[in-house]
Amino acid sequence: MSKAKADKVYWLDRSENVTKLFLGLCAVGLLLVIADLIVHRHDAVAFAQWFGFYAAYGFFACVALVLTAKAMRRVLKRPEDYYDR
Amino acid sequence: MIGEWPVGLTLIAGGVLAAIARGRVRDAVTIIAPLLALAQLAALAPGDYVQLHVLGRTLVLMHVDRLSLLFGYVFAIATLLGAIYALQVDDAVQRVSAPIYAGCTVAAVFAGDMLSLFVFWELSAIASVLLIWARRTERSYRAGMRYIAVQLVSGMLLLAGALVHEAASGSIGFGYIGLAAPGGALLLVAFGIKASFPFLHNWLQDAYPEATEAGTVVLSSFTTKLGIYALARAFPGTELLVWVGATMTAFPIFYAVIENDLRRVLAYSMTNQLGFMVVGIGIGTDLALNGAVAHAFADIIFKSLLFMSMGAVLLRTGTVNGTSLGGLYKSMPWTTGFCIVGAASISAFPLFSAFVTKSMIMEAAVEQGHVGVWLVLLFASAGVFHHAGIKIPYFAFFGHDSGIRCKEAPGSMLVAMALAAALCVGIGVFPGTLYALLPWSVDYHPYTASHVLAQLQLLVFSALAFAVLMRTGIYPPELRAVNLDSDWVYRRLGPDLVAACTSVVSRGLRTLGAAARGLSTGLLRWTLRWHGPGGLLARTQSTGAMALWISALLALYLVMYYA
Repeated sequence: MSKAKADKVYWLDRSENVTKLFLGLCAVGLLLVIADLIVHRHDAVAFAQWFGFYAAYGFFACVALVLTAKAMRRVLKRPEDYYDR
Repeated sequence: MIGEWPVGLTLIAGGVLAAIARGRVRDAVTIIAPLLALAQLAALAPGDYVQLHVLGRTLVLMHVDRLSLLFGYVFAIATLLGAIYALQVDDAVQRVSAPIYAGCTVAAVFAGDMLSLFVFWELSAIASVLLIWARRTERSYRAGMRYIAVQLVSGMLLLAGALVHEAASGSIGFGYIGLAAPGGALLLVAFGIKASFPFLHNWLQDAYPEATEAGTVVLSSFTTKLGIYALARAFPGTELLVWVGATMTAFPIFYAVIENDLRRVLAYSMTNQLGFMVVGIGIGTDLALNGAVAHAFADIIFKSLLFMSMGAVLLRTGTVNGTSLGGLYKSMPWTTGFCIVGAASISAFPLFSAFVTKSMIMEAAVEQGHVGVWLVLLFASAGVFHHAGIKIPYFAFFGHDSGIRCKEAPGSMLVAMALAAALCVGIGVFPGTLYALLPWSVDYHPYTASHVLAQLQLLVFSALAFAVLMRTGIYPPELRAVNLDSDWVYRRLGPDLVAACTSVVSRGLRTLGAAARGLSTGLLRWTLRWHGPGGLLARTQSTGAMALWISALLALYLVMYYA
């Protein structure tokens, strides 16, 4: 691989583009929540029909997942060679 | 009659031929064998074939019904994908053991009785461990030893359960058993080990990431799904499985978030996906069982695809640790694309495979009033997108640029990944084809506006959570570390206990030995004192002295007589 190619700056290398992607994702999320007003979702579970239920559940489930997993490290984490010693 | 030759033997024969052949002939054999198996499966009609009479029992090697056929198809497809992926591997051990392992698993699926099931159950375990040992490192050797020990225990439990069941019912046939039947609990644990039930799961996360690049791809398809097949046949509608399965979907995702080895992350997500299938089997309605086996079908393909992409990364960079990778999309754009298709499939994006299979299980859970379980499954669905859908592609191909510049994956690997990706999208776009193969009649429509919108909301907001946590720096960094899991029991606690017991026993024995030695020397000394040379009781007395003593005694006697 030539040096020029190795040093090529990709679109994603620029942090402002990453921000653009993030804002785009936020916009998509917003549109999906707005869609809840237009589409009447039919759910077998009553409370799942609440406005934005899946959006809120998805977001908070993942935040809870990551924070719990981070806390679990305190108990579970061992050095990389733990079993080799 | 096509059924008179077991399908599994077609694949096993392919493996044996591959052992003799070299070069392009071997390549051709490993590709043709699964194609032949597929053709054979397409021609099979339901029924019992190849009956042997052994030890007064009737063994059925080919019990063909829609359930065994479905697993036969997907195993043959997985064998083909694995064989194409491994075309550039110049290692006879892997090229030969993969089709034999696949063939034994297929033979186990078609076994109509528990004795032949047991035989192929064990043979597939033995053939599969070679794919781990083929890595040829000390680590993989030890992981393989632990793996085979667990697999053989599963086989022993299966045999014990089968014999108990036969003694009580008089039949060795493999059909519905249920937990209440004699031997049922033993069989459930035997199958549960393969299906990676909680606390019986860790052989999977321990061993699979230690196998070769192509080996892990093959391993991921067969053993665990054989467990799912056996559960679906013998324990449908066992309520306990609903709770076991729900646990399996939830706990591994926490481990997956903090795990550094990306193939181990995928191994955790295997237990998570198997959990969905186990829940479906536990619910036991037609919709739930269809969902469970359909999801097994889809999972085999997208999990192969994900392991293929990570195998390609391992081959090209020598590592799959999240800490060492990043920015690989620049060097491996095709692998990146295929990995993203696999990630979208496991995350159940609309138009990808899990969207049309996993949702059947979740719908069945609600229909049967398991709202709590449904919430857990929804949490696990968000979680699987988080760790397998985003984390895997992000840390390997995007994220912080590691500076690694390597070659794109070899052509054969790319072809296998492309085929697997096409299947993932194909199932997602045309679910009717898979639904037509399902064992029970299907009346399910995945593409409703409600379902698509709900799923998109769930996934996009999970992605947003990831992005927010990343940008705020709250997301835990990848660390080079080991996280304790249930294998700690036999890798640390067990050996430590044995060492402690050994030291206590040896100290006890030493004390006992010292005491015995003290006692025996004491006894010897005492004996020597009285009976040894010069001892009082060992002295020779002179005749004169004896006569004197006797006259003294006589005199005493006389005195007492007259007194």
